[in-house]
Amino acid sequence: MPQAVPSLGKDLLGLEGLTREQITGILDTAEAFKEISERPVKKVPVLRNKTIVNAFFENSTRTRISFEFAEKRLAADTVNISSTGSSVAKGETLVDTARNLEAMRIDMVVIRHGASGSAQFLADRIASSVINAGDGKHEHPTQGLLDLLTIRDHRGPLDGLHVCICGDVLHSRVARSNIHGLRKMGAQVAVCGPATLLPAQVAEMGVTVFRRIEEAIEWADVLNILRLQLERMTGGFIPSLREYNRVFGVTRARVEAAPRDILILHPGPMNRGVEIDSDVADGPHSVILQQVTNGVAVRMAVLYLLSGGQPEQAEAAKTGGAA
Amino acid sequence: MNPVLIRGGRVVDPSQRMDAVADVLLVDGRVARVGQGIDAPEGAETIDASGLVVTPGLVDVHVHLREPGQEHKETIRTGARAAAAGGFTTVVAMPNTDPPIDDPAAVGFVLAEGMRSGGARVFPTGCITMRQQGEQLTEFGELINAGAVAVTDDGKPVVSGGMLRMALEYALTFDLPVAVHEEDPTLARKGTMNEGIVASRLGLTGIPNAAEDVMIARDLVLAELTGARLHVQHVSTRLGVQLIREAKARGVRVTAEATPHHFTLTDAAVEAYRTDAKMNPPLRSEADRDAVRQGVRDGTLDVIATDHAPHHYDEKEQAFEDAPFGIVGLETALGLTYTELVATGLIDLPTMVERMSCAPARAMKLDGMGSLAEGSLADVTIMDVRAEWTVNPASFLSMSRNTPFTGRALRCRAVRTLVGGRTVWRETQAG
Ligand SMILES: [Zn+2]
Repeated sequence: MPQAVPSLGKDLLGLEGLTREQITGILDTAEAFKEISERPVKKVPVLRNKTIVNAFFENSTRTRISFEFAEKRLAADTVNISSTGSSVAKGETLVDTARNLEAMRIDMVVIRHGASGSAQFLADRIASSVINAGDGKHEHPTQGLLDLLTIRDHRGPLDGLHVCICGDVLHSRVARSNIHGLRKMGAQVAVCGPATLLPAQVAEMGVTVFRRIEEAIEWADVLNILRLQLERMTGGFIPSLREYNRVFGVTRARVEAAPRDILILHPGPMNRGVEIDSDVADGPHSVILQQVTNGVAVRMAVLYLLSGGQPEQAEAAKTGGAA
Repeated sequence: MNPVLIRGGRVVDPSQRMDAVADVLLVDGRVARVGQGIDAPEGAETIDASGLVVTPGLVDVHVHLREPGQEHKETIRTGARAAAAGGFTTVVAMPNTDPPIDDPAAVGFVLAEGMRSGGARVFPTGCITMRQQGEQLTEFGELINAGAVAVTDDGKPVVSGGMLRMALEYALTFDLPVAVHEEDPTLARKGTMNEGIVASRLGLTGIPNAAEDVMIARDLVLAELTGARLHVQHVSTRLGVQLIREAKARGVRVTAEATPHHFTLTDAAVEAYRTDAKMNPPLRSEADRDAVRQGVRDGTLDVIATDHAPHHYDEKEQAFEDAPFGIVGLETALGLTYTELVATGLIDLPTMVERMSCAPARAMKLDGMGSLAEGSLADVTIMDVRAEWTVNPASFLSMSRNTPFTGRALRCRAVRTLVGGRTVWRETQAG
């Protein structure tokens, strides 16, 4: 039975601001909610009469669908706002969006936006709860949480576990959420990639830096392999995708040479044959599909907790009690 | 105009190595006498400055007044009045307006508007290159004839070393200062704050020190090659300070600026995506901030300038990466400099006056300014160094409010500013 934990507060903007206890509370709640997705009728009235806006100003089919499933399974009323392009179309600024959302008197906003800090920007200006579904290169907390849950499912408590985040850490919001979340949970964290794709002074975030994938694999219990953002690769960050695969790609040979049974995660979508080879992605070490399943449970947990639910009441909530 | 007698103040004027309680007599727009026990002439206005500090008028060689083109942020008039309220008697306006000031008519417009402002004196600068595009030199001679005191493409670097060399060589004809914004765009890329751990955590693209350092190094070499007067704007890096120090020791004709924000804040001020702390060059690390302070202390950075950069609140209230660079500075510069550098014992009061008045006047060859020597222009700042006040942007005379110093407790402020013997700003009782 989960312990009572301090509430998450109004918003979920990142894992940097959460305590170990809060993260544990979310993961335990997600664990309790997993079972809902196994039922024939995948719906409980936890968020009945709550209105949620999914505001996606940047393309992300996977994350949006995951949130929509989570919201529907908790019986919330949802509206989707989307806008193509990297930023809000010229003319309507983020502050206008905030004012409009505030005027609609909604309960929660799930926001995905190309600008780092956009979720906090919104949270500072509206009374509704804001869930960051990825802001620029900053954080993607629900992805970080589902990664933690997936690792915990397979390896038990995260204390002392060696987790290496591989690839384009510089442009990755997943990497930042992982670093904060894993370190709070007691894991040892490393990053590995060419220096062109690592943030400045990243070691000051409390991580070990590996420049060679072989060394990272030698060290790690878990590899979280990031997507190489191909659209960003025109700026000379790496010479070519082929070279990247040769030098940094997670190949079957490299995984099999590892001294221990290594767990492979990838937030998707994958570039097969670039950062990860297909036989690794589909192989016995991979838990990539389970990450997707856990994503829905984690998002249900976050929605439930932000609407006032308590982790220790999650079991009861599933059988019909509203938050 | 009636004579003005400023009585009994502590007169601090490094241009004549003076720091003594004295009277200052202003007649016909000039300093007539400085000394003890001066009798007030017929019809003179007397100002009691006992307990106050009397200095040559402060000079800010780096302000953006936004006119023409962006009058919703600032106009020449509001900027000149904000300057006077901050204790400045002269400001040098940057030419990166819309359109940029690259022809004599535009220079004449800024000069004329400044004269009508009723605030500080306003001196225009002209662009180094047409439209600041870095491709063709402006007509330096024509710009000077129209009233420009220097040339600069500020806001942008002169990307081509060959072009800057030509600008420096051509400027020799007029011994014209060439002021440079040092930023290698291929290193700065699309950065929006300092490259470092704060940017890495916030997920913002960083501007490395190297973007500034390599350009400072290049331009010092070019100044040495040409023998021209180079003025390096808003130095923010420790290596930049060191390179300038070494160049000065070799005899290179270079002057350089420190801004109050670069010697006060670090990139930690950007936490929580505060767009009021977004500026270019960006706020940097503690080591850089300390190097800028040392540069001011030892005179490597001989000039304190604000880089006053007003922006409308709509423009600052955006996602960090979308917001414009810059903060207002005219009305906080004196308080910040005194509080951060003088009150902490890093520099003394005469050095502050040197860096904010005498040296900037010399750097821009503003004859008759930056001094209370007899015959100088009657530009005087009277300040209360014991005053304690809190930064409240709502009370700014500038049209814009974009400052990261809201609520900051400061010491020292200008209580009266005189330009040509005429009071252009006076602190009211309410203060
Ligand atoms: Zn500049």
